[in-house]
Amino acid sequence: MIDIHALSGAYVVDALDDTERSLFEAHLADCPACRDEVAELTETTAVLSSSLVEEPPSHLRDSILAGITTMRPLPPLVPDLAEHRRRRFRWMPSLMVAAAVLTAIAVGTLLIGNAGDPEQPVLTADDVISAEDAERVRVELDGARAVIVRSASVGHAAIITREMPPPPDGMVYQLWLQDPDGSLASAGLMPRERNQTLLLEGDATSAIGAGITVEPEGGSPQPTSEPIIFVALS
Amino acid sequence: MSNDPVPAGEPAGTGAPTEALAQLLRRSARGDEAAFAEFYDATAARVHGLIRRVIRDPAQSEEVTQEVYWEVWRTASRYDSNAGSPLAWLMTVAHRRAVDRVRASEASHRRESSWSGRNQPVPHDETAERATTALEAARVRSAMTQLTDLQREALQLAYFGGYTHREVAAMLDLPVGTAKTRIRDGLIRLRDALGVAR
Repeated sequence: MIDIHALSGAYVVDALDDTERSLFEAHLADCPACRDEVAELTETTAVLSSSLVEEPPSHLRDSILAGITTMRPLPPLVPDLAEHRRRRFRWMPSLMVAAAVLTAIAVGTLLIGNAGDPEQPVLTADDVISAEDAERVRVELDGARAVIVRSASVGHAAIITREMPPPPDGMVYQLWLQDPDGSLASAGLMPRERNQTLLLEGDATSAIGAGITVEPEGGSPQPTSEPIIFVALS
Repeated sequence: MSNDPVPAGEPAGTGAPTEALAQLLRRSARGDEAAFAEFYDATAARVHGLIRRVIRDPAQSEEVTQEVYWEVWRTASRYDSNAGSPLAWLMTVAHRRAVDRVRASEASHRRESSWSGRNQPVPHDETAERATTALEAARVRSAMTQLTDLQREALQLAYFGGYTHREVAAMLDLPVGTAKTRIRDGLIRLRDALGVAR
């Protein structure tokens, strides 16, 4: 189990792997105490490196300064509702390009999860993410990021999202797991959060893929649209 | 910018105090190439020193230093003075890129050499800001004695070695979950010993 606050030091010195980094950055958005600590520890590392001084060769200076004349500085990040809306709607079609893989999916039977079994200890996404055999796939498009993690030993999958735009009004993101025979089983609905860590419902031990579709509020028994994200699991 | 004796609060190894660096970044964000050149001259030895320490290979270090400054040029407008000093922001960009590079090339000869900082030639400039740097280095050395051996080694392996906390745990024979705690505890002690405030 991960104590998320304890990751601050390793985050500051870039000692986290990609999944942990996404997890911690999502946490940072909600935790002012961690943000303050990260800021202070970052200043500390700058002092720590202060004795490491080496003048780079002068040809490097020439090359760097010549390079910038062909690069446009990015504008500042300004809160702009109109831009936000444009980004939201640009995001979905562009993710679909990555999802062409799913075009030939057969309609199959729903897997029944064991979530209601009173004998089973309560699983969390952390159990999957911190498992020794955790398998991670990253998807990154237009600033939105997702990491899908599956642990065969835990038997489940989890998803971490970062800066994911909300679905259109009246719609919901639905998660799916794909069986070796190609069939899709619902793995739950995603809360409307830009940054979240979520355990996928159902057994993911032998899943060959995981995806997200946009469905009408309440979800669908089978996908009614092309996936916006689909990743293959090995 | 002045080359007069170091004003109070000047970050060691740079030729400029914090507010001057922030001003240069703001001008760079507006496309001022001369301001960017000044920013480069004030900070390049620090950036390159850290990158060389993490990556070691001179040619790769130069590539990464170049990538860092090009990123700084493009993203100068995203620097937020409320979130920290310009130097801390810059060194964060540099460290992240250096670490990405060493992790991308696991076969690099860096992995074959001993990690121990004591046995490695530390990049050190002989001409510029020697007095400030020596003073600052003595302050850091003294602060480092406040750390336990494990905290110090874990922090050095992670920050200067570019290793993940899991790799650090394996190298120091620590249980998997504990290296990240040592790193954090070490940084917190160092912060307090150095009196670092935002």
